[in-house]
Amino acid sequence: MKEQEQQLLLEIADDELILGWRDSEWTGIAPLLEEDVAFSSIAQNEIGHARALYELVARARGTTADELAFDRSPDEYRCAPLVELRLMDWAETIARHYLYEKADAKRLEQLKHSDDPEIAGLAAKIDREEAYHRIHAQMWFDRLQDEPRFVEALERLRPQAEALHDSAHRGEHTAELTDLWEEMTVVRRSQPTGTKW
Amino acid sequence: MTEAQVWDALAEIPDPEIPVISLVDLGVVRGIDVDDRRVRVEFTPTFLGCPALEVMRDAMADSIRALGAEPEIEVLLDDSWSTDRITPEGREKLRASGFAPPSPRGVAAPTLVQLQSNAHRCPYCGSTETRLENIFGPTPCRSLRYCASCKQPFEQFKTI
Repeated sequence: MKEQEQQLLLEIADDELILGWRDSEWTGIAPLLEEDVAFSSIAQNEIGHARALYELVARARGTTADELAFDRSPDEYRCAPLVELRLMDWAETIARHYLYEKADAKRLEQLKHSDDPEIAGLAAKIDREEAYHRIHAQMWFDRLQDEPRFVEALERLRPQAEALHDSAHRGEHTAELTDLWEEMTVVRRSQPTGTKW
Repeated sequence: MTEAQVWDALAEIPDPEIPVISLVDLGVVRGIDVDDRRVRVEFTPTFLGCPALEVMRDAMADSIRALGAEPEIEVLLDDSWSTDRITPEGREKLRASGFAPPSPRGVAAPTLVQLQSNAHRCPYCGSTETRLENIFGPTPCRSLRYCASCKQPFEQFKTI
């Protein structure tokens, strides 16, 4: 796999891993019980997609998915600021979910036509699962589209969603990523050398 | 050792989350290749985030070792598994234990209208007067539905 393709897969994997963590923050405190279930499942899917994407890159680099996911420093991650934000507001969360799923669908469509059969195959698999996220996001969009709080959140986050397609600016992070990274890697960093899980 | 012996052994392994159905019924075992004392198994996860992935891989490896061979389990990360691969026996076992089997995979991705349609049959009473409660459920592979006839909530296997 070419270096450029590895970089692209890492960008997407990092987006999915970090967004998965952010989505999971609603587990137990979402405004509706059914949304607890939905966001927990969506988070699990996103982290699963990250794992599979890291796996392909890890094979090419002779490393492991866990090393790629957890052993880099925060400034080495390639995720976009949109997924890093710790959103405490449901309208903002749904706005990000909607914008992210739109952008993600676009890049998956391109990846499905990759010359590399492994990449195209994985993109097709991920896309089948994302179809359910898109239905969920659209359902919330239809419900909230006339709510000023939601419309404002959409407008505020839209530029960052557009930046998802801009590789040149990846690597610029919000301060919120460092806090998330501390939390996400604490168990792994505390693992004594030689421990087997 | 023959391929058939390995298939039989793997057919004894229950799905860790839905133990009424075996890994072979679920269609996730894609291929078996026996080369003397080495057995290579290709398998696909149902959903990429399925937490049972490692458990399934270890269970298959243990089962092959018990046959006296060295396992090599390859996880295929592609679109080759579909819920259409669940065997007819597997679908019946799902239904009998209260999981509505998945509808066939269409050419296009599922839509909200399709999910909301009452074409999904209740696994308890057979009624089609059912409605979607939640696209998501207790595991990534399931949705939640409600049967208006027998007033019973039930889980529907998502189509993938």
